[in-house]
Amino acid sequence: MSTLTYTVADSTTMLRRNLRRLARYPSMTLLLVGMPIVFMLLFVYVFGGQLSAGLGRALAAGHAGRAGYLNYVAPGILLMTTAAAVQGTAIVVAMDMTGGIIDRFRTMAIARASVLTGHVLASVIQTFISLAVVLGVAIALGFRPTANLAHWLAAIGVLLLFTLALIWLATALGLAAKSVETASNTPMFLTLLPFLSSAFVPTATMPAGLRQFATYQPFTPVTETLRGLLTGTPIATNLIEAIAWSLGIAIASFLWATHLYDRRHAR
Amino acid sequence: MEPHVSGPAPLAIAAAGVNKSFGRTSVLHNVDLAVGEGTIFGLLGPNGAGKTTIVRILSTLIAADSGDIQVAGCNVARDPDGVRAAIGVTGQFSAVDDLLTGEENLRLMADLHHLGRAAGRLRVTQLLDEFELAEAARKPVSAYSGGMRRRLDLAMTLVGSPRVIFLDEPTTGLDPRGRHTMWAAIRQLRAGGVTIFLTTQYLEEADQLADRIAVLDRGRIVAEGTPDDLKRQVPGGRIHLRFVEPELLHAAGRALETAVHDEEDLLLVLPYDGTVAALRHVLDRLDDAGVEGAQLSVHTPDLDDVFFAVTGHPTTEATPAP
Repeated sequence: MSTLTYTVADSTTMLRRNLRRLARYPSMTLLLVGMPIVFMLLFVYVFGGQLSAGLGRALAAGHAGRAGYLNYVAPGILLMTTAAAVQGTAIVVAMDMTGGIIDRFRTMAIARASVLTGHVLASVIQTFISLAVVLGVAIALGFRPTANLAHWLAAIGVLLLFTLALIWLATALGLAAKSVETASNTPMFLTLLPFLSSAFVPTATMPAGLRQFATYQPFTPVTETLRGLLTGTPIATNLIEAIAWSLGIAIASFLWATHLYDRRHAR
Repeated sequence: MEPHVSGPAPLAIAAAGVNKSFGRTSVLHNVDLAVGEGTIFGLLGPNGAGKTTIVRILSTLIAADSGDIQVAGCNVARDPDGVRAAIGVTGQFSAVDDLLTGEENLRLMADLHHLGRAAGRLRVTQLLDEFELAEAARKPVSAYSGGMRRRLDLAMTLVGSPRVIFLDEPTTGLDPRGRHTMWAAIRQLRAGGVTIFLTTQYLEEADQLADRIAVLDRGRIVAEGTPDDLKRQVPGGRIHLRFVEPELLHAAGRALETAVHDEEDLLLVLPYDGTVAALRHVLDRLDDAGVEGAQLSVHTPDLDDVFFAVTGHPTTEATPAP
Protein backbone atom coordinates (compact mmCIF):
# COMPACT_ATOMS: atom_id res chain seq x y z
CA MET A 1 0.00 0.00 0.00
CA SER A 2 1.16 3.53 -0.68
CA THR A 3 1.40 6.31 1.87
CA LEU A 4 -1.86 7.77 0.62
CA THR A 5 -3.73 4.47 0.97
CA TYR A 6 -2.37 4.14 4.52
CA THR A 7 -3.47 7.68 5.31
CA VAL A 8 -6.97 6.98 3.98
CA ALA A 9 -7.19 3.61 5.76
CA ASP A 10 -5.95 4.98 9.11
CA SER A 11 -8.15 8.07 8.88
CA THR A 12 -11.17 5.84 8.22
CA THR A 13 -10.27 3.73 11.26
CA MET A 14 -9.98 6.86 13.40
CA LEU A 15 -13.25 8.22 11.97
CA ARG A 16 -14.98 4.98 12.92
CA ARG A 17 -13.55 5.22 16.43
CA ASN A 18 -14.69 8.82 16.88
CA LEU A 19 -18.21 8.18 15.58
CA ARG A 20 -18.47 5.26 17.97
CA ARG A 21 -17.34 7.50 20.83
CA LEU A 22 -19.92 10.15 19.89
CA ALA A 23 -22.63 7.48 19.86
CA ARG A 24 -21.53 6.31 23.35
CA TYR A 25 -21.60 9.86 24.68
CA PRO A 26 -24.80 11.28 23.15
CA SER A 27 -25.64 13.71 25.96
CA MET A 28 -22.98 16.15 24.72
CA THR A 29 -24.33 16.19 21.15
CA LEU A 30 -27.91 16.57 22.39
CA LEU A 31 -26.94 19.48 24.64
CA LEU A 32 -25.08 21.24 21.83
CA VAL A 33 -27.90 20.79 19.31
CA GLY A 34 -30.45 21.94 21.89
CA MET A 35 -28.88 25.38 22.29
CA PRO A 36 -29.60 26.80 18.81
CA ILE A 37 -33.11 25.33 18.93
CA VAL A 38 -33.79 27.13 22.22
CA PHE A 39 -32.49 30.41 20.78
CA MET A 40 -34.61 29.97 17.68
CA LEU A 41 -37.76 29.40 19.78
CA LEU A 42 -36.87 32.35 22.02
CA PHE A 43 -36.21 34.79 19.21
CA VAL A 44 -39.11 33.74 17.00
CA TYR A 45 -41.82 33.45 19.67
CA VAL A 46 -40.70 36.04 22.24
CA PHE A 47 -39.06 38.75 20.11
CA GLY A 48 -40.10 37.73 16.58
CA GLY A 49 -43.41 39.58 16.35
CA GLN A 50 -41.90 42.87 17.46
CA LEU A 51 -38.60 42.45 15.58
CA SER A 52 -40.26 41.74 12.23
CA ALA A 53 -42.09 45.10 12.40
CA GLY A 54 -38.77 46.93 12.43
CA LEU A 55 -37.02 44.80 9.83
CA GLY A 56 -39.01 46.06 6.83
CA ARG A 57 -36.80 45.93 3.75
CA ALA A 58 -34.42 43.40 5.32
CA LEU A 59 -37.11 40.72 5.12
CA ALA A 60 -37.36 38.69 1.93
CA ALA A 61 -40.09 39.74 -0.48
CA GLY A 62 -43.55 38.70 0.67
CA HIS A 63 -42.42 38.00 4.27
CA ALA A 64 -43.92 39.65 7.32
CA GLY A 65 -44.71 39.09 10.98
CA ARG A 66 -43.47 36.26 13.17
CA ALA A 67 -43.20 33.87 10.19
CA GLY A 68 -41.25 36.51 8.30
CA TYR A 69 -38.78 36.80 11.18
CA LEU A 70 -38.39 33.01 11.33
CA ASN A 71 -37.37 33.09 7.67
CA TYR A 72 -34.96 35.92 8.43
CA VAL A 73 -33.31 34.28 11.46
CA ALA A 74 -33.21 30.59 10.39
CA PRO A 75 -29.98 30.85 8.32
CA GLY A 76 -28.22 32.52 11.27
CA ILE A 77 -29.53 29.81 13.58
CA LEU A 78 -27.93 27.22 11.26
CA LEU A 79 -24.57 28.96 11.67
CA MET A 80 -25.10 29.06 15.42
CA THR A 81 -25.67 25.30 15.24
CA THR A 82 -22.23 24.89 13.67
CA ALA A 83 -20.67 27.20 16.24
CA ALA A 84 -22.22 25.17 19.07
CA ALA A 85 -21.38 21.79 17.55
CA VAL A 86 -17.67 22.57 17.27
CA GLN A 87 -17.49 23.05 21.04
CA GLY A 88 -17.89 19.28 21.08
CA THR A 89 -14.91 18.99 18.72
CA ALA A 90 -12.69 20.93 21.11
CA ILE A 91 -13.86 18.77 24.01
CA VAL A 92 -13.27 15.39 22.33
CA VAL A 93 -9.89 16.49 20.96
CA ALA A 94 -8.83 17.64 24.43
CA MET A 95 -10.16 14.40 25.96
CA ASP A 96 -7.94 12.49 23.56
CA MET A 97 -4.86 14.62 24.06
CA THR A 98 -5.03 14.62 27.87
CA GLY A 99 -5.72 10.86 28.02
CA GLY A 100 -3.16 8.10 27.68
CA ILE A 101 -4.23 6.72 24.32
CA ILE A 102 -2.61 9.49 22.26
CA ASP A 103 0.81 8.25 23.41
CA ARG A 104 -0.11 4.80 22.16
CA PHE A 105 -1.02 6.20 18.74
CA ARG A 106 2.23 8.16 18.66
CA THR A 107 4.33 5.04 19.23
CA MET A 108 2.59 3.22 16.37
CA ALA A 109 3.55 3.38 12.71
CA ILE A 110 0.27 4.96 11.68
CA ALA A 111 -0.32 7.81 9.25
CA ARG A 112 0.51 10.93 11.24
CA ALA A 113 -2.42 12.93 9.93
CA SER A 114 -5.02 10.28 10.77
CA VAL A 115 -5.59 11.25 14.42
CA LEU A 116 -6.64 14.79 13.52
CA THR A 117 -8.42 13.96 10.25
CA GLY A 118 -10.39 11.30 12.13
CA HIS A 119 -11.59 13.94 14.58
CA VAL A 120 -12.34 16.50 11.88
CA LEU A 121 -14.32 14.07 9.69
CA ALA A 122 -16.33 12.79 12.66
CA SER A 123 -17.11 16.39 13.65
CA VAL A 124 -18.25 17.25 10.11
CA ILE A 125 -20.68 14.33 10.22
CA GLN A 126 -21.84 15.24 13.73
CA THR A 127 -22.32 18.90 12.76
CA PHE A 128 -24.28 18.07 9.62
CA ILE A 129 -26.57 15.75 11.59
CA SER A 130 -27.12 18.65 14.02
CA LEU A 131 -27.77 21.01 11.08
CA ALA A 132 -30.32 18.59 9.63
CA VAL A 133 -32.11 18.37 12.99
CA VAL A 134 -32.19 22.16 13.46
CA LEU A 135 -33.29 22.71 9.85
CA GLY A 136 -36.05 20.14 10.40
CA VAL A 137 -37.26 21.99 13.50
CA ALA A 138 -37.13 25.33 11.62
CA ILE A 139 -39.19 23.90 8.76
CA ALA A 140 -41.66 22.41 11.25
CA LEU A 141 -42.05 25.91 12.77
CA GLY A 142 -42.76 27.42 9.35
CA PHE A 143 -39.37 28.17 7.73
CA ARG A 144 -39.99 28.05 3.97
CA PRO A 145 -36.76 28.15 1.92
CA THR A 146 -37.31 29.25 -1.69
CA ALA A 147 -34.06 27.70 -2.88
CA ASN A 148 -33.87 25.52 -6.00
CA LEU A 149 -31.53 22.53 -6.23
CA ALA A 150 -28.55 24.65 -7.33
CA HIS A 151 -29.15 27.05 -4.43
CA TRP A 152 -29.39 24.18 -1.98
CA LEU A 153 -26.12 22.67 -3.24
CA ALA A 154 -24.43 26.05 -3.01
CA ALA A 155 -25.83 26.57 0.51
CA ILE A 156 -24.55 23.14 1.57
CA GLY A 157 -21.16 24.02 0.05
CA VAL A 158 -20.99 27.32 1.97
CA LEU A 159 -22.05 25.58 5.20
CA LEU A 160 -19.50 22.80 4.66
CA LEU A 161 -16.65 25.23 4.07
CA PHE A 162 -17.58 27.35 7.10
CA THR A 163 -18.09 24.22 9.24
CA LEU A 164 -14.64 22.93 8.25
CA ALA A 165 -13.13 26.29 9.17
CA LEU A 166 -14.72 26.30 12.63
CA ILE A 167 -13.92 22.61 13.20
CA TRP A 168 -10.23 23.14 12.47
CA LEU A 169 -10.31 26.20 14.75
CA ALA A 170 -11.96 24.15 17.51
CA THR A 171 -9.45 21.34 16.94
CA ALA A 172 -6.62 23.82 17.46
CA LEU A 173 -8.33 25.19 20.59
CA GLY A 174 -8.76 21.62 21.88
CA LEU A 175 -5.07 20.94 21.27
CA ALA A 176 -4.02 24.21 22.91
CA ALA A 177 -6.11 23.55 26.03
CA LYS A 178 -4.31 22.15 29.05
CA SER A 179 -7.48 20.44 30.28
CA VAL A 180 -10.86 19.26 29.02
CA GLU A 181 -12.54 21.99 31.12
CA THR A 182 -10.57 24.72 29.35
CA ALA A 183 -11.36 23.15 25.99
CA SER A 184 -15.08 23.27 26.73
CA ASN A 185 -14.88 27.00 27.46
CA THR A 186 -12.51 28.52 24.90
CA PRO A 187 -14.69 27.95 21.79
CA MET A 188 -17.71 29.50 23.54
CA PHE A 189 -17.04 32.92 21.99
CA LEU A 190 -18.01 31.34 18.65
CA THR A 191 -21.61 30.95 19.84
CA LEU A 192 -21.67 34.63 20.82
CA LEU A 193 -20.50 35.89 17.43
CA PRO A 194 -23.85 35.27 15.66
CA PHE A 195 -25.46 37.78 18.07
CA LEU A 196 -22.90 40.38 17.00
CA SER A 197 -23.59 39.79 13.30
CA SER A 198 -26.52 40.19 10.92
CA ALA A 199 -27.95 36.84 12.05
CA PHE A 200 -30.65 38.29 14.33
CA VAL A 201 -30.97 41.93 13.20
CA PRO A 202 -29.40 43.90 10.31
CA THR A 203 -26.05 45.44 11.23
CA ALA A 204 -27.30 48.86 10.04
CA THR A 205 -29.47 49.10 13.18
CA MET A 206 -26.46 48.78 15.52
CA PRO A 207 -24.53 51.71 17.08
CA ALA A 208 -21.21 52.75 15.51
CA GLY A 209 -18.31 50.61 16.66
CA LEU A 210 -20.47 47.55 17.15
CA ARG A 211 -21.78 48.10 13.63
CA GLN A 212 -18.28 48.07 12.15
CA PHE A 213 -17.38 44.97 14.12
CA ALA A 214 -20.59 43.23 13.04
CA THR A 215 -20.13 44.18 9.40
CA TYR A 216 -16.56 42.97 9.18
CA GLN A 217 -16.70 39.74 11.19
CA PRO A 218 -17.05 36.42 9.34
CA PHE A 219 -20.53 35.46 10.58
CA THR A 220 -22.16 38.37 8.75
CA PRO A 221 -21.11 37.57 5.15
CA VAL A 222 -21.71 33.84 5.74
CA THR A 223 -25.17 34.58 7.20
CA GLU A 224 -26.02 36.94 4.32
CA THR A 225 -24.87 34.37 1.74
CA LEU A 226 -26.85 31.57 3.32
CA ARG A 227 -29.93 33.77 3.73
CA GLY A 228 -29.66 34.83 0.10
CA LEU A 229 -29.30 31.28 -1.18
CA LEU A 230 -32.15 29.91 0.95
CA THR A 231 -34.66 32.79 0.96
CA GLY A 232 -33.71 34.93 -2.04
CA THR A 233 -32.40 38.09 -0.31
CA PRO A 234 -29.56 39.89 -2.16
CA ILE A 235 -26.09 38.30 -1.78
CA ALA A 236 -23.82 40.75 -3.63
CA THR A 237 -20.18 40.42 -2.53
CA ASN A 238 -21.07 38.39 0.54
CA LEU A 239 -20.40 35.06 -1.20
CA ILE A 240 -16.81 36.00 -2.01
CA GLU A 241 -16.30 37.35 1.51
CA ALA A 242 -17.82 34.21 3.03
CA ILE A 243 -15.54 31.95 1.00
CA ALA A 244 -12.48 34.10 1.78
CA TRP A 245 -13.20 34.13 5.52
CA SER A 246 -13.87 30.38 5.59
CA LEU A 247 -10.73 29.50 3.65
CA GLY A 248 -8.65 31.92 5.72
CA ILE A 249 -9.87 30.54 9.05
CA ALA A 250 -9.60 26.95 7.81
CA ILE A 251 -6.02 27.30 6.55
CA ALA A 252 -4.74 29.29 9.54
CA SER A 253 -6.42 26.92 12.00
CA PHE A 254 -5.19 23.84 10.13
CA LEU A 255 -1.61 25.13 10.31
CA TRP A 256 -2.01 26.07 13.98
CA ALA A 257 -3.56 22.68 14.83
CA THR A 258 -0.91 20.60 13.04
CA HIS A 259 1.82 22.72 14.65
CA LEU A 260 0.31 22.14 18.10
CA TYR A 261 -0.13 18.44 17.38
CA ASP A 262 3.50 18.05 16.36
CA ARG A 263 4.78 20.09 19.28
CA ARG A 264 2.56 18.62 21.95
CA HIS A 265 4.21 15.97 24.10
CA ALA A 266 7.55 17.14 22.73
CA ARG A 267 8.64 17.46 26.33
CA MET B 1 20.98 -24.21 23.84
CA GLU B 2 21.71 -21.67 21.15
CA PRO B 3 25.03 -22.10 19.37
CA HIS B 4 27.49 -19.54 20.62
CA VAL B 5 28.60 -17.34 17.76
CA SER B 6 31.69 -15.23 17.92
CA GLY B 7 31.32 -11.48 18.27
CA PRO B 8 28.79 -9.56 20.31
CA ALA B 9 25.18 -10.80 20.49
CA PRO B 10 22.77 -8.78 18.34
CA LEU B 11 21.28 -5.86 20.24
CA ALA B 12 17.61 -4.93 20.25
CA ILE B 13 18.37 -1.59 21.92
CA ALA B 14 21.68 0.23 21.74
CA ALA B 15 21.96 3.72 23.19
CA ALA B 16 25.14 5.73 23.67
CA GLY B 17 25.62 9.05 25.42
CA VAL B 18 21.96 9.98 25.80
CA ASN B 19 21.32 13.37 27.41
CA LYS B 20 18.02 15.10 28.06
CA SER B 21 17.03 18.29 29.83
CA PHE B 22 13.64 19.89 30.32
CA GLY B 23 14.31 23.58 30.32
CA ARG B 24 17.21 24.04 32.75
CA THR B 25 16.57 20.79 34.59
CA SER B 26 18.88 18.07 33.40
CA VAL B 27 17.03 14.74 33.51
CA LEU B 28 19.40 12.25 31.85
CA HIS B 29 23.22 12.35 31.85
CA ASN B 30 25.20 10.27 29.39
CA VAL B 31 23.02 7.21 29.57
CA ASP B 32 24.36 4.13 27.76
CA LEU B 33 22.18 1.07 27.27
CA ALA B 34 22.71 -2.28 25.57
CA VAL B 35 19.84 -4.75 25.50
CA GLY B 36 20.35 -8.11 23.80
CA GLU B 37 17.69 -9.50 21.51
CA GLY B 38 15.20 -11.79 23.21
CA THR B 39 16.20 -10.74 26.75
CA ILE B 40 14.39 -8.94 29.55
CA PHE B 41 16.12 -5.75 30.65
CA GLY B 42 15.08 -4.13 33.92
CA LEU B 43 15.61 -0.44 34.58
CA LEU B 44 15.47 0.02 38.32
CA GLY B 45 15.11 3.31 40.10
CA PRO B 46 12.92 5.44 42.37
CA ASN B 47 10.30 7.92 41.24
CA GLY B 48 11.81 10.86 39.42
CA ALA B 49 15.03 9.05 38.49
CA GLY B 50 14.25 9.44 34.78
CA LYS B 51 12.91 5.96 33.95
CA THR B 52 9.84 7.20 32.12
CA THR B 53 11.91 9.77 30.21
CA ILE B 54 14.16 6.97 28.94
CA VAL B 55 11.13 4.92 27.83
CA ARG B 56 9.65 7.96 26.09
CA ILE B 57 12.90 8.62 24.24
CA LEU B 58 13.42 4.99 23.21
CA SER B 59 9.81 4.71 22.03
CA THR B 60 10.08 7.86 19.84
CA LEU B 61 7.67 9.94 21.94
CA ILE B 62 10.26 12.60 22.70
CA ALA B 63 13.68 13.36 21.25
CA ALA B 64 16.92 13.17 23.20
CA ASP B 65 19.09 16.31 23.28
CA SER B 66 22.08 14.22 22.22
CA GLY B 67 23.14 10.62 21.88
CA ASP B 68 22.92 7.82 19.36
CA ILE B 69 20.00 5.43 19.77
CA GLN B 70 19.12 2.32 17.77
CA VAL B 71 15.98 0.32 18.51
CA ALA B 72 15.29 -2.87 16.52
CA GLY B 73 18.02 -1.84 14.10
CA CYS B 74 16.50 1.57 13.30
CA ASN B 75 17.77 4.95 14.39
CA VAL B 76 15.25 6.64 16.68
CA ALA B 77 15.93 10.13 15.29
CA ARG B 78 16.28 9.30 11.58
CA ASP B 79 13.77 6.48 11.16
CA PRO B 80 11.14 6.81 13.91
CA ASP B 81 8.52 4.99 11.83
CA GLY B 82 10.90 2.05 11.42
CA VAL B 83 11.21 1.93 15.21
CA ARG B 84 7.44 2.31 15.68
CA ALA B 85 6.74 -0.59 13.33
CA ALA B 86 8.84 -2.89 15.54
CA ILE B 87 7.88 -1.80 19.06
CA GLY B 88 4.97 -1.95 21.46
CA VAL B 89 4.62 0.36 24.45
CA THR B 90 2.59 0.03 27.61
CA GLY B 91 3.02 3.22 29.56
CA GLN B 92 2.48 3.96 33.20
CA PHE B 93 -0.88 5.58 32.51
CA SER B 94 -3.49 3.44 30.89
CA ALA B 95 -3.67 3.95 27.14
CA VAL B 96 -7.10 2.50 26.45
CA ASP B 97 -10.25 4.13 25.12
CA ASP B 98 -12.71 4.25 28.02
CA LEU B 99 -15.76 4.78 25.84
CA LEU B 100 -15.12 1.68 23.73
CA THR B 101 -15.42 -1.97 24.77
CA GLY B 102 -12.37 -4.16 25.29
CA GLU B 103 -13.00 -5.89 21.99
CA GLU B 104 -13.39 -2.58 20.14
CA ASN B 105 -10.12 -1.33 21.62
CA LEU B 106 -8.33 -4.40 20.32
CA ARG B 107 -10.06 -4.17 16.93
CA LEU B 108 -8.91 -0.56 16.71
CA MET B 109 -5.33 -1.74 17.15
CA ALA B 110 -5.81 -4.54 14.59
CA ASP B 111 -7.14 -2.00 12.06
CA LEU B 112 -4.28 0.42 12.70
CA HIS B 113 -1.82 -2.43 12.15
CA HIS B 114 -3.63 -3.22 8.87
CA LEU B 115 -4.05 -6.87 9.83
CA GLY B 116 -7.06 -7.31 7.56
CA ARG B 117 -10.55 -8.36 8.59
CA ALA B 118 -10.16 -12.10 9.14
CA ALA B 119 -6.65 -12.03 10.59
CA GLY B 120 -7.56 -9.06 12.80
CA ARG B 121 -10.61 -10.80 14.22
CA LEU B 122 -8.58 -13.95 14.89
CA ARG B 123 -5.83 -12.03 16.69
CA VAL B 124 -8.38 -10.13 18.83
CA THR B 125 -10.17 -13.34 19.89
CA GLN B 126 -6.85 -14.98 20.68
CA LEU B 127 -5.69 -12.05 22.86
CA LEU B 128 -9.05 -11.78 24.65
CA ASP B 129 -8.71 -15.45 25.62
CA GLU B 130 -5.04 -15.21 26.50
CA PHE B 131 -5.59 -12.26 28.85
CA GLU B 132 -8.81 -13.62 30.38
CA LEU B 133 -10.89 -10.80 28.96
CA ALA B 134 -13.26 -12.85 26.79
CA GLU B 135 -16.15 -12.51 29.24
CA ALA B 136 -15.80 -8.74 29.52
CA ALA B 137 -15.05 -8.28 25.81
CA ARG B 138 -18.33 -6.47 25.07
CA LYS B 139 -18.36 -4.30 28.20
CA PRO B 140 -17.13 -0.70 28.04
CA VAL B 141 -13.64 -0.31 29.47
CA SER B 142 -14.92 2.26 31.97
CA ALA B 143 -16.50 -0.70 33.81
CA TYR B 144 -13.19 -2.65 34.01
CA SER B 145 -11.20 -3.17 37.21
CA GLY B 146 -7.64 -1.87 37.47
CA GLY B 147 -6.16 -5.29 36.75
CA MET B 148 -8.40 -5.81 33.72
CA ARG B 149 -7.44 -2.43 32.29
CA ARG B 150 -3.77 -3.29 32.72
CA ARG B 151 -4.27 -6.61 30.95
CA LEU B 152 -6.19 -4.95 28.12
CA ASP B 153 -3.47 -2.32 27.86
CA LEU B 154 -0.81 -5.02 27.42
CA ALA B 155 -3.02 -7.01 25.02
CA MET B 156 -3.41 -3.87 22.87
CA THR B 157 0.36 -3.49 22.81
CA LEU B 158 0.69 -7.05 21.53
CA VAL B 159 -1.84 -6.88 18.67
CA GLY B 160 0.85 -5.99 16.14
CA SER B 161 3.23 -8.72 17.39
CA PRO B 162 6.03 -6.27 18.28
CA ARG B 163 9.64 -7.47 18.49
CA VAL B 164 10.59 -5.05 21.25
CA ILE B 165 8.21 -4.19 24.09
CA PHE B 166 8.52 -1.32 26.56
CA LEU B 167 6.72 -1.71 29.87
CA ASP B 168 6.82 1.32 32.14
CA GLU B 169 6.16 0.12 35.71
CA PRO B 170 3.84 -2.65 34.52
CA THR B 171 2.81 -3.81 38.00
CA THR B 172 2.62 -0.57 39.98
CA GLY B 173 -0.76 -0.46 41.66
CA LEU B 174 -1.61 -4.12 41.01
CA ASP B 175 -2.53 -6.54 43.79
CA PRO B 176 -0.23 -9.57 44.33
CA ARG B 177 -2.36 -11.80 42.11
CA GLY B 178 -2.43 -9.22 39.33
CA ARG B 179 1.33 -8.84 39.66
CA HIS B 180 1.94 -12.56 39.26
CA THR B 181 -0.37 -12.73 36.23
CA MET B 182 1.61 -9.87 34.68
CA TRP B 183 4.93 -11.53 35.45
CA ALA B 184 3.74 -14.77 33.83
CA ALA B 185 2.66 -12.86 30.72
CA ILE B 186 6.05 -11.11 30.52
CA ARG B 187 7.95 -14.40 30.85
CA GLN B 188 5.79 -15.94 28.15
CA LEU B 189 6.63 -13.08 25.81
CA ARG B 190 10.33 -13.64 26.29
CA ALA B 191 9.83 -17.33 25.61
CA GLY B 192 8.40 -16.22 22.25
CA GLY B 193 11.64 -14.38 21.43
CA VAL B 194 10.43 -10.86 22.21
CA THR B 195 12.81 -8.34 23.77
CA ILE B 196 11.39 -6.62 26.85
CA PHE B 197 12.52 -3.34 28.38
CA LEU B 198 10.79 -2.80 31.69
CA THR B 199 11.09 -0.18 34.37
CA THR B 200 10.36 -0.87 37.99
CA GLN B 201 10.77 0.48 41.49
CA TYR B 202 10.97 -3.01 42.94
CA LEU B 203 14.22 -4.95 43.20
CA GLU B 204 12.20 -8.13 43.63
CA GLU B 205 10.45 -7.57 40.31
CA ALA B 206 13.68 -6.89 38.45
CA ASP B 207 15.25 -9.87 40.19
CA GLN B 208 12.35 -12.16 39.24
CA LEU B 209 12.14 -11.14 35.60
CA ALA B 210 15.22 -9.44 34.23
CA ASP B 211 18.27 -11.00 32.63
CA ARG B 212 20.13 -7.75 33.18
CA ILE B 213 19.38 -4.79 35.42
CA ALA B 214 20.53 -1.18 35.25
CA VAL B 215 20.12 1.07 38.28
CA LEU B 216 19.16 4.65 37.47
CA ASP B 217 19.83 7.40 40.00
CA ARG B 218 19.01 11.03 39.23
CA GLY B 219 19.43 10.50 35.50
CA ARG B 220 22.64 8.46 35.66
CA ILE B 221 23.15 4.72 35.29
CA VAL B 222 25.02 3.92 38.49
CA ALA B 223 25.19 0.14 38.22
CA GLU B 224 24.52 -2.45 35.55
CA GLY B 225 24.71 -6.22 35.50
CA THR B 226 22.86 -9.46 36.12
CA PRO B 227 20.63 -9.62 39.20
CA ASP B 228 23.32 -11.70 40.92
CA ASP B 229 26.02 -9.15 40.09
CA LEU B 230 23.93 -6.45 41.72
CA LYS B 231 23.00 -8.44 44.76
CA ARG B 232 26.67 -9.21 45.37
CA GLN B 233 27.19 -5.47 45.81
CA VAL B 234 24.52 -5.36 48.48
CA PRO B 235 25.71 -6.13 51.98
CA GLY B 236 22.94 -8.66 52.45
CA GLY B 237 20.03 -8.27 54.77
CA ARG B 238 19.62 -6.73 58.19
CA ILE B 239 18.24 -7.69 61.55
CA HIS B 240 16.26 -5.04 63.41
CA LEU B 241 16.01 -5.28 67.20
CA ARG B 242 13.51 -2.88 68.72
CA PHE B 243 13.45 -2.14 72.47
CA VAL B 244 11.10 -0.40 74.83
CA GLU B 245 13.75 1.03 77.19
CA PRO B 246 17.06 2.79 76.45
CA GLU B 247 18.90 0.68 79.12
CA LEU B 248 18.03 -2.52 77.26
CA LEU B 249 19.15 -0.96 73.98
CA HIS B 250 22.50 -0.05 75.48
CA ALA B 251 22.97 -3.48 77.08
CA ALA B 252 22.22 -5.19 73.77
CA GLY B 253 24.50 -2.76 71.96
CA ARG B 254 27.37 -3.74 74.23
CA ALA B 255 26.70 -7.42 73.54
CA LEU B 256 26.57 -6.98 69.75
CA GLU B 257 29.55 -4.93 68.61
CA THR B 258 28.58 -4.77 64.92
CA ALA B 259 25.20 -3.21 65.67
CA VAL B 260 24.31 0.34 64.67
CA HIS B 261 22.33 2.27 67.31
CA ASP B 262 19.29 4.34 66.60
CA GLU B 263 18.63 6.04 69.95
CA GLU B 264 15.55 7.85 68.82
CA ASP B 265 13.65 4.79 67.68
CA LEU B 266 15.32 2.50 70.28
CA LEU B 267 16.50 0.36 67.39
CA LEU B 268 19.58 -1.78 66.81
CA VAL B 269 20.43 -2.68 63.21
CA LEU B 270 22.77 -5.61 62.46
CA PRO B 271 24.10 -6.84 59.14
CA TYR B 272 22.75 -10.30 58.39
CA ASP B 273 23.78 -12.84 55.77
CA GLY B 274 20.57 -14.86 55.88
CA THR B 275 21.98 -17.96 57.63
CA VAL B 276 20.49 -19.75 60.64
CA ALA B 277 23.88 -19.74 62.33
CA ALA B 278 24.16 -15.97 62.23
CA LEU B 279 20.67 -15.58 63.66
CA ARG B 280 21.43 -18.09 66.44
CA HIS B 281 24.61 -16.17 67.22
CA VAL B 282 22.65 -12.97 67.74
CA LEU B 283 20.10 -14.67 69.98
CA ASP B 284 22.86 -16.37 72.02
CA ARG B 285 24.61 -13.06 72.61
CA LEU B 286 21.38 -11.47 73.75
CA ASP B 287 20.75 -14.40 76.13
CA ASP B 288 24.28 -14.18 77.53
CA ALA B 289 23.82 -10.49 78.19
CA GLY B 290 20.47 -11.19 79.82
CA VAL B 291 18.63 -8.79 77.50
CA GLU B 292 14.97 -9.52 77.10
CA GLY B 293 11.95 -7.73 75.72
CA ALA B 294 13.33 -7.09 72.25
CA GLN B 295 11.27 -7.30 69.10
CA LEU B 296 13.17 -8.92 66.25
CA SER B 297 12.54 -8.55 62.52
CA VAL B 298 14.59 -9.71 59.53
CA HIS B 299 14.91 -7.57 56.37
CA THR B 300 15.96 -8.96 53.00
CA PRO B 301 17.74 -6.61 50.57
CA ASP B 302 15.46 -4.22 48.73
CA LEU B 303 15.86 -1.32 46.35
CA ASP B 304 16.95 0.90 49.22
CA ASP B 305 19.87 -1.40 49.98
CA VAL B 306 20.98 -1.66 46.36
CA PHE B 307 20.77 2.09 46.16
CA PHE B 308 22.72 2.66 49.29
CA ALA B 309 25.35 0.18 48.13
CA VAL B 310 25.87 1.68 44.66
CA THR B 311 25.25 5.38 45.31
CA GLY B 312 26.18 5.86 48.95
CA HIS B 313 22.90 7.68 49.60
CA PRO B 314 19.40 6.40 50.25
CA THR B 315 16.67 6.57 47.62
CA THR B 316 15.31 10.07 47.58
CA GLU B 317 12.42 11.07 45.46
CA ALA B 318 13.36 13.81 43.09
CA THR B 319 10.59 16.03 41.77
CA PRO B 320 7.90 13.59 40.66
CA ALA B 321 7.70 12.82 36.96
CA PRO B 322 4.96 14.76 35.14
